[in-house]
Amino acid sequence: MANLAITVNEESYRIDVAPDTPLLWVLRDTLGLTGTKYGCGMGLCGACTVHLDGEARRSCQTPVGSIGAKKITTIEGLSRDRSHPVQRAWIAEQVPQCGYCQSGQIMQAVAFLAKTPHPTRGQIDEAMSGNICRCATYQRIRRAIQRAAESNA
Amino acid sequence: MIARAQVSRREFLGTSTQTAGALILGFYLPTRAQVREQASGGPNKFFKPNAWLRITADNRITVLVEKPELGQGSRTYTPMMIAEELEVDWSTIHVEQAPTIPSIYQGLRTGGSGGVANTFTPMRRAGAQAREMLVTAAAQRWKAKRNDCRAKNGTIVHAPTNRRLSYGELVEAACELPLMNADEITLKQPKDFRFIGKSMPRTDVPSKVDGSAAFGIDVRVPGMLYAVIARCPFFGGKLQSFDASVAKSMPGVRAVFSVPPLPRHFNTAGGVAVVADSTWAAIQGGKALVLRWNKGPGGNESSESLRKLAEAQAVGPPTFIAIDRGDARDVLAGAVKKVEAHYESPFQAHATMEPMNTTVHVRDNEIEVWSPTQFADEVQDEIAKLSGFPLDQVIVHMTLSGGSFGRRYQWDYAAEAWQIAKEIKKPVQLLWTREDDMQHDFYRPYNYQRVSGGFDDQGRLVAWSTRVVTTPIAGSNLYTGYAESAETLIDPATIAALEWYGADIAPYSIPNFRLDYAPADSVVPRSWWRSVASSYTPFAKECFVDELAHARGRDPFQFRMELLADKSPEPVRLRAVLQLAAERADWTKPLPKGQGRGIACRSGETCSAQVAEVTVQDDGTVEVHRVVSVVDCGIAVNPDGVRAMTEGAINFALTAVLTGEITIKDGAVEQSNFHDYQVLRINQAPEVEVHIVPSVRSPSGVGELGAMLVPPAVANAVFAATGVRVRRLPIDPQLLKRSQL
Repeated sequence: MANLAITVNEESYRIDVAPDTPLLWVLRDTLGLTGTKYGCGMGLCGACTVHLDGEARRSCQTPVGSIGAKKITTIEGLSRDRSHPVQRAWIAEQVPQCGYCQSGQIMQAVAFLAKTPHPTRGQIDEAMSGNICRCATYQRIRRAIQRAAESNA
Repeated sequence: MIARAQVSRREFLGTSTQTAGALILGFYLPTRAQVREQASGGPNKFFKPNAWLRITADNRITVLVEKPELGQGSRTYTPMMIAEELEVDWSTIHVEQAPTIPSIYQGLRTGGSGGVANTFTPMRRAGAQAREMLVTAAAQRWKAKRNDCRAKNGTIVHAPTNRRLSYGELVEAACELPLMNADEITLKQPKDFRFIGKSMPRTDVPSKVDGSAAFGIDVRVPGMLYAVIARCPFFGGKLQSFDASVAKSMPGVRAVFSVPPLPRHFNTAGGVAVVADSTWAAIQGGKALVLRWNKGPGGNESSESLRKLAEAQAVGPPTFIAIDRGDARDVLAGAVKKVEAHYESPFQAHATMEPMNTTVHVRDNEIEVWSPTQFADEVQDEIAKLSGFPLDQVIVHMTLSGGSFGRRYQWDYAAEAWQIAKEIKKPVQLLWTREDDMQHDFYRPYNYQRVSGGFDDQGRLVAWSTRVVTTPIAGSNLYTGYAESAETLIDPATIAALEWYGADIAPYSIPNFRLDYAPADSVVPRSWWRSVASSYTPFAKECFVDELAHARGRDPFQFRMELLADKSPEPVRLRAVLQLAAERADWTKPLPKGQGRGIACRSGETCSAQVAEVTVQDDGTVEVHRVVSVVDCGIAVNPDGVRAMTEGAINFALTAVLTGEITIKDGAVEQSNFHDYQVLRINQAPEVEVHIVPSVRSPSGVGELGAMLVPPAVANAVFAATGVRVRRLPIDPQLLKRSQL
């Protein structure tokens, strides 16, 4: 066990966990931020996607001890009131069904749009192909990303 | 820790009964308790928290939804039905999960695509009854004629004077009224609908874009621990011994103990539980266990052995004859031209994104359960049976579920969580790892279908026979203890419903038809998987229709229309959806080389036709880029919900067409996670176009519909593109390589 300092959604936390503990379980079990989901534990499904300094990362593959001073953003920290353009687009397109994967989808989409503000469909498919949705809301995800991109324009 | 558990039943009862002046109505069919209450002349008859509807003085309207929310939209279509008759503003409606109190709620479950169809009348009646009572209350207040009072947008309006009272203002008076008989209230005609038939935004969507939606895995209760179970990889295998010394010494691990298999219909195989301070510590502890298992009765079973068994069962004597119209065997024997084919589909996993989990707290006089289930009342019943606690001391909170697709109709994981929790006098959350979930599912049955068709000397299709062979759901778990249930379940009618539903060729007009069945026994647990038998029977039936069309040199669409020439309602309705699908999919428009369209249809309460458009690459890879689906589901209560379900079901089934396959070796599943059970990803997902046929028929289900026709539509499209018949799923690209063709 070790005493670590991390910054999540602009709040500082001191946590006492083994440094090799995946960030996913620190978020969920230590901090109670359950919006970030467990799906596979192998970086295969994207349900656990968060941002480290704005970059999409699979929190199940990120040892908490490796994060250092990087700022962690989870779905809970994306906006206070679902006002992020991607969240608004997700509501407008009525994307979620069961909703379990959507935190990860949204975090992936936000990081992607930051780098690719005007994506083609091919770019969307490539950027989002690491995020599984078993309800298969994929075509609405495509539309929502395009809508969010247009709202940024 | 953040407590995000749902409101407990006690709190629910407390607030509901103590809220001053809340109009609480629960009518639908009177429950046993209500009947007793009424018979005893109790003072508060019906005005109990037995309700689908609660109106408070602040004009807040709460709808209690029985059906679990699995992503299918129950928390939206239910309030739509109520609001339709209640005449309220949508924004005033709030949704709560109805609690598990069997004396009041008997429908905390959903399955068989039945949610909308089963609630359509009772929920509208619930809304209408409240409305009528509010009208009466207002008329009495004004001493006005009841007929002069109308409900409009959350108020009662006195038409002659234009006086108005809000529902909130009428709550106290309405509470004093005798209950109206909901069955005597005339419900709106479809032409007058304001909500039903309009796409309404889902009430659960906002919570699903900000991380606040609480699934079973998100339950956080003060003082809780986390657990996993190390499981025997071999179905029916037994634990020989285990060494927990390393696991017990790991940080955070609190306890390690064996969990016995539960007998009979609990369907659990047992294992070794590791309980820890965090999920991660429990998973690490589980990996540190040294376990010895034996292979049990299925040690020699493999996908190859199962195929050999199925091939033998496909030609041997049938166990049951389901349908025998005319004389298919003799007519086939004498046919001028005969076509035969067999079709095979493997086991499939549900692979819900939220793995199985349940949180249980066993206290001295009460058991509290939080479970992502589609069958909460059964979970309550089973845990009561297991524990010996009276039913009313087993409190089950049905959480949101991260997908279900039939998996959460089993209560095994809740029973396991109870097994662990009773040893640990603290709340415990049992989590199945993805590997557990993939390797210990109740799979879509393996199936093998042999189909024959015969033409007479006029070229008419005169006979058809189908032999269905499956690892039957009804006989599942014989090795893990389902035998008692299986005995009661294995009767021809049940087998028919579970195993060959959808294989009847009607309403295709073919004079001689025989459908029979033989099982292939297996150690692999099986159960319902989105669309059950209809996930594979249309694959054989609709592909074979294509083969017959080809044998006659006919266009597959035209050939189907000819087989549906009869003027009775069923073929007429099916012809209409086929026609529309062909039009919308540009059926007659030529496609470039390497591309093809395939069509398939199904009759039933919900009637549908689907056209898939594919490209087959030189390396044999199949890309499905467009699927057109025509859906005749009666009244589409929430059309966007119908579209969402259809899009989702089509893509769900595409996994089974393109990549998904559970294979067996040594009586164990070979796949373990999403790298080797490959589910559809966004770059493989087609654009799905859903066309809903306008209708005033009562609604019928769509949750499973889309899944049924994808396998034949895609396989037929591959044939159109390549001339190669796909008769086994998932499609093997090796067979479609350009060099092979």
